Amino acid sequence: MKLIKNIVILVYIVSIFAACSNNDDPVIINEEELITTVRATLIPEGGGTEVVLESVDLDGDGPNEPTIEVLGTFNPNTTYAGTLQILNEAENPAEDITLEILEEDEEHQFFFSFTNDIATATYDDADSNGNPVGVQFNLLTGAADSSGGFTIILRHEPDKAAADVNTGDITNADGSTDVQVTFNIVIE
Amino acid sequence: MINGMHSSRVILMTNGVRLQDQEWGIEHAPNIDINTAEKITVIKGANALEFGGDAIGGVIVVEPNRIIVKDSLYGKSILTGQTNGRGFSMHSSISKSTKEGYYVNAKTTFKKYGDFESPNYILTNTGLNSEAFSVQTGLKKFESGFNLYYTYVKNEIGILKSSHIGNIEDLINAINSDASLIVNDFSYAINSPKQEVMHQLVKGDFYKRFKKLGKLTVQYDFQNNKRFEFDIRVGDDRNKPAIDLNLNSHSLSTNFEFNSKSNQTYKVGLVGAYQNNFANPNTGVRRLIPDYSKYDFGLFTIGNFILDDNTRLDLGVRYDFNYINAKKFYYKSRWDERSYDVEFNDLIIGDFNTQWLVNPEFTYHNISASVGVFHRLNSENSFNFNYALANRSPNPSELFSDGLHHSAARIELGDLRTPQETANRIATSYYFQNTNTNISVALFFNHIRNFIYIEPTGTEQTIRGAFPVWDYKSTTANLFGVDVNWKQKITNRINFNNKTSFIKGRDVGNGRNLIDIPAANTQNTVGYTNKKWHHFNANLESNFVFKQNLFPNNNFEVFIPTTNSNVLLDLSSTPSSYHLLNFNTDATFKVSQKTNVTIGLTVTNILNTNYRSYLNRLRYFADDLGRNYVLQLKFKY
Repeated sequence: MKLIKNIVILVYIVSIFAACSNNDDPVIINEEELITTVRATLIPEGGGTEVVLESVDLDGDGPNEPTIEVLGTFNPNTTYAGTLQILNEAENPAEDITLEILEEDEEHQFFFSFTNDIATATYDDADSNGNPVGVQFNLLTGAADSSGGFTIILRHEPDKAAADVNTGDITNADGSTDVQVTFNIVIE
Repeated sequence: MINGMHSSRVILMTNGVRLQDQEWGIEHAPNIDINTAEKITVIKGANALEFGGDAIGGVIVVEPNRIIVKDSLYGKSILTGQTNGRGFSMHSSISKSTKEGYYVNAKTTFKKYGDFESPNYILTNTGLNSEAFSVQTGLKKFESGFNLYYTYVKNEIGILKSSHIGNIEDLINAINSDASLIVNDFSYAINSPKQEVMHQLVKGDFYKRFKKLGKLTVQYDFQNNKRFEFDIRVGDDRNKPAIDLNLNSHSLSTNFEFNSKSNQTYKVGLVGAYQNNFANPNTGVRRLIPDYSKYDFGLFTIGNFILDDNTRLDLGVRYDFNYINAKKFYYKSRWDERSYDVEFNDLIIGDFNTQWLVNPEFTYHNISASVGVFHRLNSENSFNFNYALANRSPNPSELFSDGLHHSAARIELGDLRTPQETANRIATSYYFQNTNTNISVALFFNHIRNFIYIEPTGTEQTIRGAFPVWDYKSTTANLFGVDVNWKQKITNRINFNNKTSFIKGRDVGNGRNLIDIPAANTQNTVGYTNKKWHHFNANLESNFVFKQNLFPNNNFEVFIPTTNSNVLLDLSSTPSSYHLLNFNTDATFKVSQKTNVTIGLTVTNILNTNYRSYLNRLRYFADDLGRNYVLQLKFKY
């Protein structure tokens, strides 16, 4: 009898759990630190057409590959003033992550690299310790009729004091990568 | 780890309660205070069915000390200090019991460790803070009794800083580097990445014996598990966890043991359980594990029979019903990439721009069974044989994982189509025992249909660069293993012990070796004991772990844009063999009639050997622990 009574109690309690289960839908999470967009705007010294490089990946860690666009072509042997914009366009209005990076500029640094010696880059800004950040940079293009890859990397918590890091050499920088995009550019 | 099985394939019972924490990954250590355990046993036969039908590996039963029914008051304190991690732990327990059968006991443990050290460098951010408390009371009489139990465990665990990886290029750099990439000075500070886990458990049980019939037990338990994982984040989110899960589990069970006949006992039981997981949306990071509710119902019967003086038989069968109801957001792109749009579009309940809200509901029916026989051939030789059928429903991470697991730097993808695992296991052991020699040889063969595993399958490109993708898959697997344990008394004071184990795992479905099978190892110990010298013990232990040569090759080439080259990403190669030498000694001194002190000294990894272990996820990033001196003082009063 006792066993039957216990089974009845058990069924009763299980049904209470069933009754009070939470049927509310979960809230959607819009990722706060998601970076969807990297945009580099390059303005030639002494006037001319600007070049815009853009990589957009709206599904973040989702399976879709970033869409990479290069608007414009580079002139040979020309210095371009570059500005980087890092955005989260999954939010509306888009969140400007560049501002957060500049707020914590001692902990961030961009690195630029090129294949086929198509160009070189130098820093044009500094954090409060006098080390480069890379949101503002200068790009000097190489010879005409060449093409190659231009890679922009953002490192979080790099060791800015390590050898050659302040000249833009990533080898000893450590830290973790927050952004890494490669643009195929052409110099006409 | 039991016979190559861990995590969801092993049930952990602590003080009669099935531990319900987020035990999905190999890196998630169980949330128990090991100091509260007086006895740890592994059950694999029919009697394991009482605890669950899904224990493909087995059941680990952690039991507290027995209650003595007499007027008594006693306590125990253990103080431990160690050089590696420059840490200490303190454990105290006190028990009071009366001859009427009432008892109460309380236990508490504190631990604090700083950064641990490998032989050559500090393992930055690997400290640990732990606090645990438990109290138990009850009445223990022959005819009836009850127990009430409460326990609280909180662990704050640092995660090796150099294991925090930005993208696949960082991962390749880390794997190809011999040393850990981030080494700072020793510190007790635990920074991100880290985990904070709180586990609380309340249990009440009641039993009553009926003359010429048996014993009835009813038990209810409630567990709350809170898990926070902190990642390295920027700006305002710096101190916000990236994972914030709250898991509540209720369980009500009852069983009746028919034990009126001396040569046979039967046990029948029922269990009902409800579990709810809530993933806090305030993390600002997409949920790795979704919100879900889970209902389980189980029914079992076990019989133990003494056939004659030398033969025992055990039989058991169990049915489990599992129902899971989850609500989860998927990127529409992921939904299509997984081909869920072909089979599961009817699960969609909401459209949120780039994401779907879906409501998967899955039901599983599982049958498990076991039959075992033990036979004594003569006073020295005996053997047993066991066959077990076990079914395990996929866990939430195997079904629902979706996205970047930041602390592991990999994209983990579950599969809604994952079926339940079915294991057919046969095992046999042979025992030889005389006054000087004690040998056991155990063999097992386990055939698992739909064996669920995770392996690297490729890369996916994000704005942060490429990440390795680890997919949950299922296959047919065969596991075979041998365990040998040989104890030999050489003289009255000197003894020798050899423990050797070997496991081979085959992925039959894909015609290759199975991933994550522990390497063969052999452990040899020479011990000396002398009771006249204050119960003096000394043991020198040699532990040799072979290289695991049988592993699937999941390596692939990755294009590195910065160097414009293809580089091999070697996630598969196994670490070299290694040999560790350990030593421990202890002696017990009587301080007064009721008080004695045991002093123990342990040295692990005496030779300060550099090694990495195949099943340690951190093996890609740093060497394992170096030499460690541990001094322990144990007071009993």
